Amino acid sequence: MSEPHNHGDHDHDHDHGHAHEHSPRSFQPDLEDQPQSDYQYLEIAIRELLTEKGLITPEGMRRAMEAMDARGTHLGAAMVARAWVDPAYKKRLLADGSAAARELGIEVGPMHLLVVENTPQVHNMIVCTLCSCYPRMVLGIPPLWYKSREYRSRAVREPRAVLAEFGTTLPEGVEVRVHDSTADMRYLVLPMRPAGTDGLSEAALAGLVTRDSMIGVALPEAPRKAAAE
Amino acid sequence: MSARFRPGERVAVRRADPPGHMRTPWYCRGKTGVVERLCGEFGNPEALAYGLSGDPVRPLYRVRFSQRALWPDYRGRTEDTVEIEIYEHWLEPAQERPNV
Repeated sequence: MSEPHNHGDHDHDHDHGHAHEHSPRSFQPDLEDQPQSDYQYLEIAIRELLTEKGLITPEGMRRAMEAMDARGTHLGAAMVARAWVDPAYKKRLLADGSAAARELGIEVGPMHLLVVENTPQVHNMIVCTLCSCYPRMVLGIPPLWYKSREYRSRAVREPRAVLAEFGTTLPEGVEVRVHDSTADMRYLVLPMRPAGTDGLSEAALAGLVTRDSMIGVALPEAPRKAAAE
Repeated sequence: MSARFRPGERVAVRRADPPGHMRTPWYCRGKTGVVERLCGEFGNPEALAYGLSGDPVRPLYRVRFSQRALWPDYRGRTEDTVEIEIYEHWLEPAQERPNV
């Protein structure tokens, strides 16, 4: 009853009470179907102007995006695993996270990285209540939930309830310390090395270090039996 | 510029509400905490946000608050804390009777 049709040349009553046209099939909307914001138009205009003036190139933009997308959890995990096997490195990591990243060949630009250590007494958890500050240079693009208003508001208000929803329960007597990343520092949690990992290589240890354990909403993976043997 | 506060010192966050961009979350305004460390000196984000130089640079601190100081009805453990980065111009020495 509702095939799109041209109303210009005929006059009739529609047999349903609303005026919009039905699509014969429904699709999930594409990103481009959302309204563009003023900031998106501004970004397009500035990008095109800079390109016209020869200050940036499309290839340069593509390379920058590709380089950013290549960053990920494996970088932070390498730092954590090194700290687990090398107490001197751990000391340097806690003293100056950015320098410790560079030491492993991870270029972090001007980022000031602050590494906070989980202990039997303290569990650390990271949030940015104001926006979504995240240590992208060592963890890559943040998960969507990290940017959600729900996580941002509840992480500082009821962190233990948030942890429970992530399936994380802490032993009795552990302090939860939430870090609100409000300004110029970026934060990485140094989780505790799981029990039963004595024989593991540094690379195998890095495999246990998950993104969420470095945000502090989870603990590292327990070693699988086969890996530990 | 030298930093006005030292680690361990009790400080209160100003109850200010200036117009424009700022990096001090609302929930800590008027609350008392303890300086955990000095992070260094950084351009003032309230000026940087508008294309200004951000000079003079401002000392930036990490201030540790008890959850119960922030949220009187907090239901987790009494030891739980939140640490927030706060610029020096948002801090003042804590009054004699802290609100914790």
